[in-house]
Amino acid sequence: MPDTVTSRLPDLLSRNERQVLENWIRLQLATGGRRDAIREDDLRSQSRQFLELFTRAIRDNTDPHSSAWSPVREMLGDMSRTRARQGFTPGETAAFVFSLKQPLFQMLRDESGDGTRLADETWTLSVLLDKLGLYTTEIYQQGREEVITRQQEEMLELSTPVVQLWEGILALPIIGTLDSARTQVVMENLLQKIVETGAGIAIVDITGVPTVDTLVAQHLLKTVAAARLMGAECIISGIRPQIAQTIVHLGVSLDEVVTKGNLSDAFAVALERTGRQIQAASRA
Amino acid sequence: MDRIPILKMGNCLLVTIQVDMHDELASALQEDLTQRVSESGARGVLIDISALEVVDSFIGRMLANIAALSRIMDARTVVVGMRPAVAITLVELGLALPGVRTALDVERGMNLIADHAAGNGTHGRPAG
Repeated sequence: MPDTVTSRLPDLLSRNERQVLENWIRLQLATGGRRDAIREDDLRSQSRQFLELFTRAIRDNTDPHSSAWSPVREMLGDMSRTRARQGFTPGETAAFVFSLKQPLFQMLRDESGDGTRLADETWTLSVLLDKLGLYTTEIYQQGREEVITRQQEEMLELSTPVVQLWEGILALPIIGTLDSARTQVVMENLLQKIVETGAGIAIVDITGVPTVDTLVAQHLLKTVAAARLMGAECIISGIRPQIAQTIVHLGVSLDEVVTKGNLSDAFAVALERTGRQIQAASRA
Repeated sequence: MDRIPILKMGNCLLVTIQVDMHDELASALQEDLTQRVSESGARGVLIDISALEVVDSFIGRMLANIAALSRIMDARTVVVGMRPAVAITLVELGLALPGVRTALDVERGMNLIADHAAGNGTHGRPAG
């Protein structure tokens, strides 16, 4: 863009700020349809604040990623996050920025007589507002992703409890699909707990694991091998018929691992190994 | 050169690794240990690695070698006190150390050796 074009925009804006703001707010109120979610006062103050910052920033340059625009970006970021909490869709938030186009173009048309110049200025503003609109969407998405990542981490923590069944016997009920990251956490938790409790036997219960493929089986075998290296024995329990079939079809060898059908059988074996047995209490 | 001390307790040899293992130290230990097993006719070798924080494939192989060597000489090798991080590393390296017996602490390790010395070879974990 030629410098003359960009240098004229700030003046025009400063001169017509009030007019543009009025037009803009009227437009938003007319087309918005979200009067329930945001109060008119809030909308007015947000619009005024944005236009002020916008007018100030455009005096420097028209690159919304430059430092001159950081107050605008900050304000849009805050607004995007607040609106997301209020239940706005990202489209509606972006529309807040895009809706400024109409009053601005109107202003340019009223002011400019030269066709070429009008086209240039319209283009500059259009690109600028598009970028700002997209920025709100990006912020929205970022917020979403943060939430998802946090939830994933929480799930990872929650879903791998190691419980002590008896003195020297640990149980690790695994629920949900095992992937590499989760197996790592599971393995570390189990081994740490073995060290803490000095347990000689760990029962890994996979009743809650929906599918077992070669990778999952390998992860299980690794866990068993690591526990063995530390001097604890692993028993795998809760292998459902379908999973047993899959394991055999895949050619995974569980020969060196003690497997039991359900947790109670595994527990009985574990008690036996540690020299205990369960007896029915005799009636007095 | 530093050497790792090998202590004799009854019919069992006791090795406690307290320093970071480097390759020469590991080779020296392997040689010393086989020498001592044959001299003393020990029935068990107990290696305490609870202070070992770092392992590489070489150390892993050394442990497997010691176990294999002493098995030939009718002594049982028990590795005790392996840390979780070390265990995970060895498994990831593909060194699950088949044939090496393991125990959580020295006491349990001594029990395993005592079982072996008493001729009760079937008790404990399978040799893999």
